[in-house]
Amino acid sequence: MIKDITIGQYFPGISPVHRMDPRVKIILTAVFIVMLFVADSIWGLIVGAAFTLVSFMISRIPLKLMFKSLKPILPIIIFTGVLNLFFIKSGDVYFHWKIFTITSEGVRTAIFMAVRIICLIIGTSLLTYTTSPIDLTDAIERLLSPLKKIKVPVHELAMMMTIALRFIPTLIEETDKIMSAQKARGADMETGSLMKRAKALIPILVPLFVSSFRRAEELALAMECRCYHGGEGRTRMKQLRMTVLDGYACFYTAAFFACVIAVNILI
Amino acid sequence: MDSFLKAENLTFSYINEIEEPPVKTQVLKNIDLEIGRGEFVAVLGHNGSGKSTLAKCFNAINIPESGNAYVDGINTRDEDKLLDIRQRVGMVFQNPDNQIVATIVEEDVAFALENMGVEPGEIRRRVDDALKTVGMYEYREHAVHKLSGGQKQRVAIAGIIAMRPDCILLDEPTAMLDPSGRAEVMKTIKMLNREKNVTIVLITHYMEEAAQADRVVVIDGGEIMMDGTPKQIFSQVQTIRNLGLDVPQVTELCFELRQHGVEISQDIITEDECVEALSKLLQTQR
Amino acid sequence: MAVIKTENLTYIYGEGTPFEKKAVDDVSLEIYEGEMVGVIGHTGSGKSTLIQHFNGLLKPSAGSVYIDGEKLWEDKARLREIRFKVGLVFQYPEYQLFEETCYKDIAFGPKNMGLDEAETDRRIRETAQMVGLKSELLDKSPFELSGGQKRRVAIAGVMAMKPKVLILDEPASGLDPKGREQILSLLKEYHQATKSTVMIVSHSMEDVARYADRILVMNKSKLFCLDTTEKVFHRSEELSSMGLSVPQITRVFNRLKIMGVIPERDVYTTPYALKLVLGELGKE
Repeated sequence: MIKDITIGQYFPGISPVHRMDPRVKIILTAVFIVMLFVADSIWGLIVGAAFTLVSFMISRIPLKLMFKSLKPILPIIIFTGVLNLFFIKSGDVYFHWKIFTITSEGVRTAIFMAVRIICLIIGTSLLTYTTSPIDLTDAIERLLSPLKKIKVPVHELAMMMTIALRFIPTLIEETDKIMSAQKARGADMETGSLMKRAKALIPILVPLFVSSFRRAEELALAMECRCYHGGEGRTRMKQLRMTVLDGYACFYTAAFFACVIAVNILI
Repeated sequence: MDSFLKAENLTFSYINEIEEPPVKTQVLKNIDLEIGRGEFVAVLGHNGSGKSTLAKCFNAINIPESGNAYVDGINTRDEDKLLDIRQRVGMVFQNPDNQIVATIVEEDVAFALENMGVEPGEIRRRVDDALKTVGMYEYREHAVHKLSGGQKQRVAIAGIIAMRPDCILLDEPTAMLDPSGRAEVMKTIKMLNREKNVTIVLITHYMEEAAQADRVVVIDGGEIMMDGTPKQIFSQVQTIRNLGLDVPQVTELCFELRQHGVEISQDIITEDECVEALSKLLQTQR
Repeated sequence: MAVIKTENLTYIYGEGTPFEKKAVDDVSLEIYEGEMVGVIGHTGSGKSTLIQHFNGLLKPSAGSVYIDGEKLWEDKARLREIRFKVGLVFQYPEYQLFEETCYKDIAFGPKNMGLDEAETDRRIRETAQMVGLKSELLDKSPFELSGGQKRRVAIAGVMAMKPKVLILDEPASGLDPKGREQILSLLKEYHQATKSTVMIVSHSMEDVARYADRILVMNKSKLFCLDTTEKVFHRSEELSSMGLSVPQITRVFNRLKIMGVIPERDVYTTPYALKLVLGELGKE
């Protein structure tokens, strides 16, 4: 069901990963992505995967959730896997039938790419699992604050993101409700041509837009009543402060990065 | 009692500028109203009677077309004092979902204080305080969308009381809640009024809620039709009904009994009063 | 004959996930043709989940649902057809309006049923009148109407499908006292005029007490009881203890009963209370 989507959901906790400064977490996640792409051998990737796994263990996020976050992108993983499997023609031939050829290089690349994507997803979802959306946007706002000098509306963008994150579950629930209501009136969304199905979305989208506008209006009013007047003179309850913990985290990431590079050079 | 909110010959119209020529609808007509510090006032009126519009005049969301609205002596027309006014008069709305800005309970409660530029340590203290007051402290790190309606509404109230306002305007805060959620919110409101001396203006459709206030104001067609204690108001059953409103069931029963020639007091508005009066009546009969 | 029948109906949310929850637990019941049934239960008691099974929006995890004698989900192709027999009006139904005019919006259901233009038109006018919607409003955009009028349009949209059973989830919520009264009495009139089955889900026992022949009470995912209004209110102490709010008048007379000043009688509406007291005083 539509309610099962877990992307961008925060799971509160007190693990070292949770307690890290979100700015450091964002930067290290970026470093991690670079690390995955620098690793161009299986061994390098194993180091990257180990990094992902160890980080996950430290965060104490249930393993079940890790798999759940992978579920929606499973088709992409399979698709790229299959593509690589059949289209890479170099290396020893393991199997050949008509136009289909599976080679050692194909198998290697398929596995390599799949592992890389899986690590990428798990690693980045670790960021959203362990960081509250507000912390996340707050960190982004501060990381980007130098851009304010060139008149980029950083605070407004961050506020928009906060509100979007807040309303995702509400709107998902609402969509579910409207869909049920229209189905109860005999709306048919599962059969017919593409055109017909697209048209069947109108009874869902119109009410959804109308209610989103209404929500936006009410929210704006409520924000005004709570003294909101833009980013000027605003303070934050949660001060972002880097601690020894963040130092360890940087060291730990750097160590793994070094390993990846070493493996690249040596193998 | 010293006056805290004051409307002086206040008139307000909405202007629909989409129409050509613009259509003006007068919503409030020459309202004179004074609400004292620490009072608990319920405002009744059917949908479209202008009661929400009036509430919004008291925190400078609506600026009167003519006449004046004062908050703690400050005229709401004074734009420099806008934040002072909003800090003194908090507002809670009907739909709990559409007034919560942040994903996590405590972060939402902190929102107003962050806007006011309070320093972080003080925000923390006030947020914890506010959450304890409404009994939501254990939920401070929970995701807002997983709470029940009553709990969400209490978080919204906490977000307001964190500003330490002198007055809270509540616009049908219980309309979308189930009976237990309604009871939670009413208990919180009454506690704020009794223990923290917060002035409460409660707009509601539930007569049993209004019966718990110190004073009831009835609005119809943008004018104040009735103003008095709940007993004074609800004893006028016929007038109330003509305004499209209701009276508590016990009041209705006593009214009907009187219509049938039974001698029973006309200002019964609570369960206890009704039980007492009826038992006396029936016992003397036996 | 039972128009709705469930046998050991069970529904589990998120089966197989850590968030698994039994929302409806082993419910067997029968709703008869032409009755008006009130459905009560606190939030999360499973009442909304239960009613969504009655027109096949949810598929039972175990057990079965029969509509008009026909088993739901046996033949998926028949599902839509059977669905038309049970009209479901969700809470705040005005939030599902989407057409340019009220007329077109009410037509959505009948059109989906494949009715021709003439029949659709006839039904729209008939139901508009039934819900007290003036015919000049039909050509207006539903978004221009007042809250109460929007709700009427939405309810008319389901009524126009002429279902054998009309189920409404909190039809009066969010309205002012007059609006509540109007919606509930128009449902009573609809019930009497069409002789169809009407089920009203409500938090307000006061409303349910006034209009329903029988009351279905859900508690903690289980069917607590389905019985005549009188018999259900006889158990009003149990109802209060499960967090339902018993009408003020019932609370008063329960206390009077305990004090021994009135006979053992269950009171749940003011007219009845009036009659009882007048009778006791010998004034009738």
